[in-house]
Amino acid sequence: MKTFNYHTPKDIKEASKLASTSSAFLAGGMTSIPSMKLGLATYKDIIDIKHIKKLSGIKVSGKTVTIGATTKHAEVANSKDVKKAIPSLAKLAGGIGDAQVRNRGTVGGSIANNDPSACYPSACMALNAIIHTNNRKIEAAKFFKGMFETALKKGEIIEAVVFNIPDKSNYQKHPNPASRYAIVGVYLAKYKKEVNVAITGAKPVVYVDKDLSKALSNSFSVSAIDGIKLDSSEMNSDIHASGDFRASLVVTYAKKAVEAC
Amino acid sequence: MTKVTIEVNGKKVSKDVPDHTILSVFLRDNLNLTGTHVGCDTSQCGACVVHVDGKSIKSCSTLAADINGSKVTTIEGLVKDGKMHPMQEAFKKMHGLQCGFCTPGMVMSAIDLLQNKKNPNDTEIREWLEGNICRCTGYQNIVAAVKEAASKM
Repeated sequence: MKTFNYHTPKDIKEASKLASTSSAFLAGGMTSIPSMKLGLATYKDIIDIKHIKKLSGIKVSGKTVTIGATTKHAEVANSKDVKKAIPSLAKLAGGIGDAQVRNRGTVGGSIANNDPSACYPSACMALNAIIHTNNRKIEAAKFFKGMFETALKKGEIIEAVVFNIPDKSNYQKHPNPASRYAIVGVYLAKYKKEVNVAITGAKPVVYVDKDLSKALSNSFSVSAIDGIKLDSSEMNSDIHASGDFRASLVVTYAKKAVEAC
Repeated sequence: MTKVTIEVNGKKVSKDVPDHTILSVFLRDNLNLTGTHVGCDTSQCGACVVHVDGKSIKSCSTLAADINGSKVTTIEGLVKDGKMHPMQEAFKKMHGLQCGFCTPGMVMSAIDLLQNKKNPNDTEIREWLEGNICRCTGYQNIVAAVKEAASKM
């Protein structure tokens, strides 16, 4: 791994000030450290934000679940409050990587990285999450820009993610057996007036499938989406699954999610 | 350079190391604790699992500087008064290893499992050991060893 300077700022202001075009913020490091070791990324300065206490913690209020950026997957998975308010979110966190990754990896790190196969972005999209940074509040739909690309600007730090508690929700994942990343992941959230079906793993970036969401908003049943054929032309195609297979998996797992609600 | 001061297996250690020093390197090269193995070096295989403040983590994907002030337990720290830890005993008794390369990580990970769940079933053991890869045993005896340890701990 190439050398870098390691910083542990005491607060968000100091962390933001240290940022430059050749720096990166470090949270759990479960992606960034292996990436640096493999030479896929190099930085002059690594700014470790996980020692800033304010950034960690879980708060459930009437209609929302707020998760601090550096809250670990294991904490979300085991949180009684999250399990009660949005059980599918706890389930999602408990299915990321493996036990050791969940002991280090964080929600902020996951969404800032915006891996096309990561689980958390689908939860943000389906649960109409608002991403709070040190500068502004960003709707999930405007946050995930493209493959490994987000709306975050230089020096901007995610402070917390606010999820809206749905009436019903479920997350279904077809995991890569080695990495546990989603070959396809379907996050379904049902609110009074709408149903959101967010898909990860299928395209270069997480998205809400309009056909599935509309059909389920009209009639919340498996039969409402039975027979829907999705366009596979923009879907990822790789050694693990062809685009056609992914298109088929999305519908299959959306049906499973409806059944599980 | 960063001064890393941590407690390893009950002993306080302090070393000046380059900022980018990985914990597994710190343990193996700086402290000569070679019981922690490095297999894939990209956090897939789990041979490098150690405990930091009681929780299992992959030391190949953690900076030494990042855990400054923490308590670390490696496989070498499990022996008490010359006696192996019940998990180590169980791996020996149930033939939970062949070449032994993955074993330090398996043992450290399995101990953390029992801290979280006292009597896990086969599925829970296999799910927990998702991040520990063994190419010899076929896992059957590893699962048997964890169950044996659970009955003794």
